[in-house]
Amino acid sequence: MLRAVLFFPLFCLALLSAPFSARAAMEIQVIGGAASKISVAMVPFQAAPGQPEPTLARIAGDDLARSGQFTLVDVGGMPQPAAPAQVNYGVWRGKGADALVIGTVAALPGGRFEVRFYLLDVIKQTQLAAFSYSITAAQWRATAHQIADIVYEKLTGMPGAFSSRIAYVQKQGKRFELRVADADGQNPRTVVRSNEPVISPRFSPDGARVAYVSFEDKKPVVYAQSLRDGGRSKIAAFKGSNSAPAWAPDGRRLAVVLTRDQASQIYLINADGSGLTRLTRGGNLDTEPVFSPDGQTIYFTSDRGGSAQIYRVAAKGGEPQRVTFSGGYNVSPAISPDGRHLAYISREDGRFRVVLHELASGQTRVLTDTARDESPSFAPNGQAVLYATIQGGRGVLGTVSLDGKTRTRLSESGVDAREPAWGP
Amino acid sequence: MNKIFLPVLLALTLSACGTTPDTQATVEDRTGATATTATAAPAGGAESTGLDGAGVAGSALPSDQYAGDPRKDPASPLSRRSVHFDFDSYVVKSEYRPMLEAHASYLQSKRDARVILQGNADERGSREYNLALGQKRAEAVRRALAVLGVSDAQMEAISFGEEKPRNEASSEDAYAENRRTDVVYADE
Repeated sequence: MLRAVLFFPLFCLALLSAPFSARAAMEIQVIGGAASKISVAMVPFQAAPGQPEPTLARIAGDDLARSGQFTLVDVGGMPQPAAPAQVNYGVWRGKGADALVIGTVAALPGGRFEVRFYLLDVIKQTQLAAFSYSITAAQWRATAHQIADIVYEKLTGMPGAFSSRIAYVQKQGKRFELRVADADGQNPRTVVRSNEPVISPRFSPDGARVAYVSFEDKKPVVYAQSLRDGGRSKIAAFKGSNSAPAWAPDGRRLAVVLTRDQASQIYLINADGSGLTRLTRGGNLDTEPVFSPDGQTIYFTSDRGGSAQIYRVAAKGGEPQRVTFSGGYNVSPAISPDGRHLAYISREDGRFRVVLHELASGQTRVLTDTARDESPSFAPNGQAVLYATIQGGRGVLGTVSLDGKTRTRLSESGVDAREPAWGP
Repeated sequence: MNKIFLPVLLALTLSACGTTPDTQATVEDRTGATATTATAAPAGGAESTGLDGAGVAGSALPSDQYAGDPRKDPASPLSRRSVHFDFDSYVVKSEYRPMLEAHASYLQSKRDARVILQGNADERGSREYNLALGQKRAEAVRRALAVLGVSDAQMEAISFGEEKPRNEASSEDAYAENRRTDVVYADE
């Protein structure tokens, strides 16, 4: 399990004391805090005997805090209503809460649980949402993430991304594992084990498959694998190196980088490995393709201008146009789900950091304060960027909000995590 | 011997002067003098080296002195397998010419032999970009061997990027060691 270390500004400290067990997932770092946050009180739901740990309110509260858009109200010593009729809104308003989440868990026959929860507007004293679920213990965390998604959407107007998944590669000694985990880093499942490196995992748009580059054939080959049954096939195994898979939004083809015609160039290929066509030409190095959300444009990294910069080209072919101009090393483009922003890695003064680039204006903002960042990808709701960096000499994964003010760390002792990708 | 080899040297020198460095063969001649003194290894892989001026009266070793695989003969340039590159460079330095000539001769003499040219990069920066940089280093060696007459069918240039570092440290020395192309025979 991913282990958590927490560091938080003082005002949050009370929240994090006793109830946070060693298995809590996230390390959350809030920088500044000027942005106005929604204050929400997550009351522990009335518990059932034998329910899993930690509580639903805890898991969902962690989700909300990690987004950087919420402040969790300290519920210690407060009343614990389980139904709307029991709520004394005045005491919650006195604690500064804008919203209140309450609920119950009841044991059902066959090891199932019935979960009811209510989201209440403390100011207007109204009910914003109420849901009930009949779940197994295995669905505990997924239910908590759904609750967080509902709270997030009702209070921000944007969809949540807490029920989404991430993929990453974990290195332990000489062993490589491709893992898929919940967006909070918990519930990791290994989908590929290898004694050779694995890089560049990418979820298909429907989340049912993952494409990746494996070196198990003594050279880089692009595979696609079903996350349902584990069945896999080679998508690109041409002479030379095969790498950098990127799914088209329709999930029917991918962009890949091949060297079969010598230099690293971008090609399009059907998801079954048929129908290869070449997209970029020339003897330069072109790599790291990524489709725009409408599928019309491919952003990629190239050295055609003499240094590593990001370019775009029409997916049907054409003359590439340069996108980044400042600095001598801008690589690994990711595009936001609304198509408005690029995130990429920029080197400045020897430091590799995540940069957010608004395409319309060309304005850029450095989001991170680390030195060895890699592999940015956007949350499905576009509100955060997942990336890899080095901390204490080993690879860790982190998220950062688009304003750069909220950063989190996923960490697990003794292993290197790298090559993250945020999926649906 | 030079009759055969001079056209090759000319080709190497010309391509080193090419105007588009990314698309031309990149065996570089930085000394000028080494080109005329380079010795092609005889087919079979054992190379004799003159050591004159040291005042030692040596006698030639019998040619069958090394009985094993000629590619493993420590006295042969065929046993040399690594081409190192300067920082941000994809040019094969002239010091690797005797080694590459020996491998070219061996491959021309054994048409069923295949080599994998494995490019590598140091760990700084993007993994996929480094994979492509390693490929450039592998391609540089592939082109140098092609200029020396090795057929494309006998060669495959691939990259390990930063994924299989020979030296796992994060130091300039380690980076230099990892900016490398290895010549690996498919049957080894």
